Amino acid sequence: MSDSLVFFLIQVLNGVQYGLLLFLVASGLTLVFGIMGVINLAHGSFYMLGAYLAYALTQLTGNLFFAVLLAVPLAIVFGLALEALLFRPLYARDHLYQVLLTYGLILALEETRSLVFGDDVHGVALPRWLDFSIHLTGALSYPAYRLFMSAMCLVIAGGLWLLIQKTRLGMAIRAGASNREMVQSLGIDIAWVYRAVFALGVALAAFAGMIAAPVASVFPGMGNQILIISFVVVVIGGIGSIKGAFLGSLLIGLADTFGQVFAPQLAGMTVYVLMAAVLVWRPAGLFGGNAR
Amino acid sequence: MTIETKNAGRRRVLKGLAAGAGAAAAASFLPARFAIGQQARLRLGLMLPYTGTYAALGKNIDDALRLAINEKGGKLGGRAIDYITLDDESDPSKGADNANKLVTGSKVDFMIGTVHSGVVMAMVKVARDTDTMLIIPNGGVGAATGALCAPNIFRTSFSNWQPAYAMGKVAVAEGRKTAVVISWDYAAGKESTDAFSQGFAEGGGQTVKQLFLPFPNVEFQPLLTEIAATKPDVVYAFFAGAGAVKFVKDYAGAGLGSSIPLVGPGFLTDGTLEAQGDAAQGLETTLHYADGLKFPKDIGFREAFKRAAGRDADVYAVQGYDTGTLLISGLTAVKGDVKARKALVGAMEKTVFNSPRGKFTLSKAHNPVQDIYLRKAQGLQNLFVRVAVKDLADPATGCSMA
Repeated sequence: MSDSLVFFLIQVLNGVQYGLLLFLVASGLTLVFGIMGVINLAHGSFYMLGAYLAYALTQLTGNLFFAVLLAVPLAIVFGLALEALLFRPLYARDHLYQVLLTYGLILALEETRSLVFGDDVHGVALPRWLDFSIHLTGALSYPAYRLFMSAMCLVIAGGLWLLIQKTRLGMAIRAGASNREMVQSLGIDIAWVYRAVFALGVALAAFAGMIAAPVASVFPGMGNQILIISFVVVVIGGIGSIKGAFLGSLLIGLADTFGQVFAPQLAGMTVYVLMAAVLVWRPAGLFGGNAR
Repeated sequence: MTIETKNAGRRRVLKGLAAGAGAAAAASFLPARFAIGQQARLRLGLMLPYTGTYAALGKNIDDALRLAINEKGGKLGGRAIDYITLDDESDPSKGADNANKLVTGSKVDFMIGTVHSGVVMAMVKVARDTDTMLIIPNGGVGAATGALCAPNIFRTSFSNWQPAYAMGKVAVAEGRKTAVVISWDYAAGKESTDAFSQGFAEGGGQTVKQLFLPFPNVEFQPLLTEIAATKPDVVYAFFAGAGAVKFVKDYAGAGLGSSIPLVGPGFLTDGTLEAQGDAAQGLETTLHYADGLKFPKDIGFREAFKRAAGRDADVYAVQGYDTGTLLISGLTAVKGDVKARKALVGAMEKTVFNSPRGKFTLSKAHNPVQDIYLRKAQGLQNLFVRVAVKDLADPATGCSMA
């Protein structure tokens, strides 16, 4: 194989790998947005929460895997508590109230983070057996952990697909995304669906933060970076569509990667240009069947 | 707009009167202000990041500045001090508003600030518009002591050009011929990478590729692949804080660490070594300060700072401390009379003192002329290796005072 082809393929790998991580965050966002109709600006903060949980628990247990095993249930409990205490009273209200609430949550979580962990950047140690690189070509190696990360993302994506397509809850979720009133009138307890979806969304974002922590390190404001790009993914994919989020994430990952390589001057714009193009072509996003 | 212009005009007239009268009368008369009775308190406006990513830096600057003044009795030129602190939030869009708040609202005699170069630019603008004294304790943006230099604007830290140019010299002296530079696509990154390329080119090296990514993006993988494809002799990276941590780790993770040396200005490894872990060990960087300098002044300062603040000193603390010392020399010379502007500026310009970083003097453009040190990351320290360039002055491009 020629050298340039090899590097092209490596860049494709880079793009896919970035896209898969985005998918974990965006899938939760699109579910909460599409099914509950809640614009959750604090979704990025759950990503940050996951990363800091991974940092704290790795220090405590000495191993990232134990940390993740402990942190995922914590994130689910946190999600259920938030839903019950803060979000439930606002379902009947206007979007503006939700935006105010979730923006307030960003500030509250950021400040709590500052009080508990301070404002320094922290690293999270890789598990020993994944702390190596695979030699690809010339001077370039690929960290094994990144491949492992992508594999985990694929496993989660597969699990989500099974959940949505093959289970009773999934059926309710799909139905809820297309017509909430009809679901209710068919006697399905939508409140329960909401609870499950919200907790799942929090857990997905937090899990993304946890597995990204060793490569991204944990730092103040890390949630806001990923939030904006996740909204782009959700809009491209179509609100409420997991399939759309998956495809949108990969598109964004590849566009961002190749934007940086081929048009470095425009790198900041490529993903937004892509979004604009998709919206012109399909105003509701790739899989946004019914624009509400 | 009109009102401001009028005010500025009146201020110029007053200033002229004050300068004229001050020079003649300083010896025999007390300045008018003092005649009211009590000697007025000197108002220092500290506009620093007290929250957010740069909070730790702002805190160190603040604590060290007070330490310097308290070591000399807590007064400046015999006047007691009111410290007015304002959180700049490292937000350039709020910079001008905040600086104006200090100048017109709090009526400060000196503005001190800040860390973020974008906010520094806003402060420079306000300082020029209102003719307020400004001392910059960190932000290295070239224009502040370049095209926008002014008699009332001083900097006690560095310009982006200084450590970068020195690293260019070091890299070429180590026999590197080709370089790739990488940074965020913003002013400081461009200034730094250009200065590196300048120093590198002067020794016969060539920058073969410039890589930029949008601020504050930290998805470096595609650009690391580009670096591997280009195979330069050396990579110069300008990143700070969380970006520096991630870049250094990703660079090592991509296996480039063993084949292509990574260098940068000190910010690449300052305050980040714990988070960077093994990936940063042995990295060479250039800065105007280092661990293990062994100057008696530095050792004494580090002990005093630890006692006063309860934390270890770093380069930001040194810059804050030197800001305090610069204030002391200026105001002692005019006995606290800030209205004697010419004499005050003159005394500050000519000041020479022992800083923890070494000898401190200023260029005509009011930026430090200083030794830039080559340092090597070892454990949690950036240890002094040697002087990379001695008495390096910023070229102060576009400055009419220089």
